[in-house]
Amino acid sequence: MDYFAQQLINGLVLGSIYGLIAIGYTMVYGIVGMINFAHGDIFMIGGFIALITFLILVSMGLSAVPLILLIVLLVSMAVTAVYGWVVERVAYRPLRHSFRLAPLLSAIGMSFVLSNFSQVTQGAQVKPIPPLITGGHTLHDSGNFAVQLSNIQIVVVVTTIVLLAIFSYMVSRTRFGRDMRACEQDQTMAALLGVDVDRTISMTFVIGAALAAVAGMMYLLYYGLVDFFMGFVAGIKAFTAAVLGGIGSLPGAMLGGLAIGLIETFWSAYFSVEYKDVAAFSILIVVLIFMPTGLLGRPEVEKV
Amino acid sequence: MTPLKLIGLALVASLALSTAAFAQDITIAVAGPMTGGESAFGRQLKNGAEQAVADLNDAGGVLGKKLRLFVGDDACDPKQARSVAEKIASQGIPFVAGHYCSSSSIPASEAYADGNVLEITPATTNPLFTERNLWNVARVCGRDDQQGQVSAEYILKNYQGKNVAILNDKTTYGKGLADETKKVLNKAGFQEKMFESYNKGDKDFSAIVSRMKRDNIDLVFVGGYHQEAGLIVRQMRDQGMKTVLMAGDALADKEFASITGPAAAGTLFTFGPDPRKKAAAKMIVDRFKAKGVDPEGYTLYTYAAMQVWAQAAAKAGTTDPMKVMKVLKAGTWDTVLGKLAFDEKGDIKAIDYVIYKWDDKGNYAELDPGKGT
Repeated sequence: MDYFAQQLINGLVLGSIYGLIAIGYTMVYGIVGMINFAHGDIFMIGGFIALITFLILVSMGLSAVPLILLIVLLVSMAVTAVYGWVVERVAYRPLRHSFRLAPLLSAIGMSFVLSNFSQVTQGAQVKPIPPLITGGHTLHDSGNFAVQLSNIQIVVVVTTIVLLAIFSYMVSRTRFGRDMRACEQDQTMAALLGVDVDRTISMTFVIGAALAAVAGMMYLLYYGLVDFFMGFVAGIKAFTAAVLGGIGSLPGAMLGGLAIGLIETFWSAYFSVEYKDVAAFSILIVVLIFMPTGLLGRPEVEKV
Repeated sequence: MTPLKLIGLALVASLALSTAAFAQDITIAVAGPMTGGESAFGRQLKNGAEQAVADLNDAGGVLGKKLRLFVGDDACDPKQARSVAEKIASQGIPFVAGHYCSSSSIPASEAYADGNVLEITPATTNPLFTERNLWNVARVCGRDDQQGQVSAEYILKNYQGKNVAILNDKTTYGKGLADETKKVLNKAGFQEKMFESYNKGDKDFSAIVSRMKRDNIDLVFVGGYHQEAGLIVRQMRDQGMKTVLMAGDALADKEFASITGPAAAGTLFTFGPDPRKKAAAKMIVDRFKAKGVDPEGYTLYTYAAMQVWAQAAAKAGTTDPMKVMKVLKAGTWDTVLGKLAFDEKGDIKAIDYVIYKWDDKGNYAELDPGKGT
């Protein structure tokens, strides 16, 4: 039982990080109907910006950890959001009315550009940081197995929940959210009714990038390192999570992320670590056979 | 990333080729993971090779010609290693010091054999590298069967009756080393509690770490590279475990401690006796330090590989790889690592591994100093 609880914690934390990245995939897909393959690399950029901000703050002699974390969070969200905006402007907007595959290819190209850019400017080495948030709590100690919950795990999960709540509220309650949902249903009609479609799409990329930056920062804090190629694997996993949850659905992305995280962890915990990816993807296939739109997805009306 | 990098590589290659042809220099190569997770070790190889080329040129070059260095990047990826090897072979480069990852060195060595290139690896420890009877390979480091033996003996001596887990990353190097260690342990009647593998490049080891916690593992032996080993240590400490991690030569870079932080304290690994401490190395070590480089890990091994080739080529009077190899295996060479002689397969005679221990300041030292030197 203790062992199960410990693995549940492990899985939830991993799943939260996947979920945060998956939201970016799902939001863009919902509105523009394209898979933004550069999103994993935006996540990587977010991690690097967090790292650079952190190093600058430390060299300036700042030592209050909560203050550092707050500044790092805001700076990396802001700067990464600019990246998201530029990527949309440069690589996707000119192709919006082109054939369906054009923006997809452009996204793959953008992914190469971003990872090479950070390799050239930041070097090919792994960039570690010392553990910032240390310590933890022993939840239950049965003598030979202590269930441990570290502070950083709490930070990751709480941040995820708070952000998810904020963005759910934004999409369902605010004017901007209404614009988003309108663009999702029919861009032409939305434009006729006075919604600024270009601006709404830009904002979607900006928000997606800001969330990816948070995920990048959580990743940096939790695992203690970033490198220029980390966006690829994380991006693939998060994309899988978005599809599993039902691409286009915000809670679906989070649920998909948690599901992938939990499947990987529990498979490693009770079966063989070797096949954890096989397990995760097998379950994806099974789910898609029986629920082609994913766990929370709605059947899509083909937009032409 | 790969296509772009290949184009870049092709550009560099064509430049190197044209300049080499005009200047009548000898171009030699160093190849290893200059990018990616293992790039810390690629840097060691490159530093060692650059210094060796500079020093050899200061001493008049080889066969009266100056040396030029071509740097190949395999990113620890077998496919890319093969294509780098073919590039090096197609340029008519007679000698390469490389690679680092066993899964790169082994496929590359076949391309080198076909393309008439002599390969001395400073760092590949998988036995298979020299066991295939290729004419063109040699190494200046030890082998995983020797390394596994030393680790296993340590475990048998200090962890008798305790719980030991063995993990590997499924790579040629990691799996090979884990298997060799397990073999020696099992032969002595010692049964490990857990034998598992993970994927190289994984970042999240929390599930496997909790499993080790459940099984009360006292020591985990990791056949794998430093990044994953570092993350395992960090995540074990996060879950409140005191389990000792032991690994092979892949932990011999300070980057390991920058991943773990102070949690590195107590981590063990096997490596050759510290070459930086050998009397023969003092002057060369000072030259590295003057440049702000700590010649740790395989830096001096790469330097030695270059020295062996330069001396053998000078003695053979040619850079023709087949002839140089014949001379190389027949002689004894004076290197920064001491005197080196090779057997028929290309392994060095007389290799000794010792055990190192990391402290909480980010340094490592021999556990039992003086034993190997």
